[in-house]
Amino acid sequence: MSQPGIKDPDLNSLLSILNDELKELVSKIYADKTEKVIYIEVAKERIMDLAKKLFYLGFDHVKSVSAVDYPREKRLELMVHVGSYLRVVRKYTIVIKSSLDRDNPRVPTLTSVWPSAEFHERETWEMFGVYFENHPDLRRLLLPEEFEGKWPMRKDFRIVTRKAGEAEAPWK
Amino acid sequence: MEVAGSQDITQELSKEMFRAVETGIKEEGERLIELQIGPAHPGSGHMRILAWVDGDVVVRCDPDIGFVHRTIEKLSENRAYIKTIPLVERPSLLDTTPMTIGYVNAVEKLMGVDVPPRAKYLRTILAEITRIASHFYGIGILAIFLGHSTGFMWAFGDREVMIELATMLTGARITYAYAIPGGVRRDMPQSFPDAVEKGLRYIEKRLKDWEKIFLNNPVVERRLRDVGILKPNVARMLGVTGPNVRASGIDYDVRMVEPYEAYDEIDFMIPVAEEGDSYARGLIRFKEIEQSINIIRQAIKKIPDGEIISPQISRLFNPLMKKIYAEQRRVKLPSLMATLKPPKGEAMARVEAGRGEALFHVVSDGSTNPYRFRFVTPSFRNVILFKYLIPGHRVADIPAIYGSLDYFPPEADR
Repeated sequence: MSQPGIKDPDLNSLLSILNDELKELVSKIYADKTEKVIYIEVAKERIMDLAKKLFYLGFDHVKSVSAVDYPREKRLELMVHVGSYLRVVRKYTIVIKSSLDRDNPRVPTLTSVWPSAEFHERETWEMFGVYFENHPDLRRLLLPEEFEGKWPMRKDFRIVTRKAGEAEAPWK
Repeated sequence: MEVAGSQDITQELSKEMFRAVETGIKEEGERLIELQIGPAHPGSGHMRILAWVDGDVVVRCDPDIGFVHRTIEKLSENRAYIKTIPLVERPSLLDTTPMTIGYVNAVEKLMGVDVPPRAKYLRTILAEITRIASHFYGIGILAIFLGHSTGFMWAFGDREVMIELATMLTGARITYAYAIPGGVRRDMPQSFPDAVEKGLRYIEKRLKDWEKIFLNNPVVERRLRDVGILKPNVARMLGVTGPNVRASGIDYDVRMVEPYEAYDEIDFMIPVAEEGDSYARGLIRFKEIEQSINIIRQAIKKIPDGEIISPQISRLFNPLMKKIYAEQRRVKLPSLMATLKPPKGEAMARVEAGRGEALFHVVSDGSTNPYRFRFVTPSFRNVILFKYLIPGHRVADIPAIYGSLDYFPPEADR
């Protein structure tokens, strides 16, 4: 919890703090026009260092781990929303973005810094095929056990529907 | 910026967090029984809880979710922007308005549309009405899990009052799709303020009865007190949200943290409890109902006159729509909205739904469908609690903890 007497940082001072702390790690820091969301672009090798730094700056939990598929550019973009319960910074959300190779997306797990990422990473694994190295329990979460086919949330996943009266599921 | 004490949090927390799990683990060779609760259990809803028990004590717990997974995120990629509005309220049927508000807020940010103040107030009123309804539902489920069938019936009866009020405002019982980009679909009828006051007075009277029958009931207290204690530091580590985190002494509420709609003009409190046990989680929901009543009263009093749809949208109306809007204060979406193409970019919005913080992130590539829509519901963020909160408790405590978390499987599965 925050200490009384500490003034909430406004966006500019928070951005300058982030710029000072992270300038060697990340490629880009910018805020969107609502001034509540800060985007940080980082190479995937540096993502653990960035996570530790952000944790010590007070961003103590993950709100979402997810990805965006860009098949034409042959990349998956990892998208992590990080927030805080601390009064000083809790009105800001940080969105970490990192480009991954679409053919073999691997990234170190964030659960060692933020345990709250556990179930989100499981979802991103089954939906996008992003492999989180050293994740404690990387299994399917939402998809049924008998589901076949790869990475349903990617853009090239073919959606097939079952017609009424059709006994067998067409994806089998 | 100084963040006090965050340096020592890591070690201290991870120790504390895994203590329950560690103390439960037995020596090798001792037998654990795997217990499957659900998915057809009348209480567990559409999920399965896998519990490994030693005698009567749960050693390990694994929530198996996804039985009602509806691929909302994938579906929205194949739908026009406005068709996703009724889609986002489907997972969270008890608590629909905050979800539509969040999605619509994100789309409005993308489009750069402003919402007139009257529409903001109307959205706030409906969001609070559904919050009361949602909390009563949660209390009812908690009551029936404890074998308190009167509480179950009462809660569903009281929820009905709120649903009737929402019906009066929107014309639908559960799925309102009330918020649309730029405003709301209907203005409130003239008799609405009186009906609301009557309904709220009834709920206030009922809250006193609830205290007698439920909160001060010795059986309920014995079942809930000191069961499933969630320590503040663990709650922070696990990213828990909503009434569950506020029952653990953290005053985190998006309505306060990042006010949306009309919440910054309304004076209200965020109830916080320190104990973090199941009883505190139940109690917080009653306190929040009181605050929601307070918010609705203020909003009804303060609501300004004026438009309910942004001029940026209403200038697209054809003459018939203009006539309907002028005479009946009802908005029909202009046909141009069906092929709405927000500019390239991305926007994020978050709202406080009944169960906690919901997050909406829309990525637009300039076409008629969202390129990517990330939708995180509060129940999905709370599901991790099953894994870390239940071990160390007896099997008979599982329903009490489950009920107190107000976990709603369809909302988590999306």
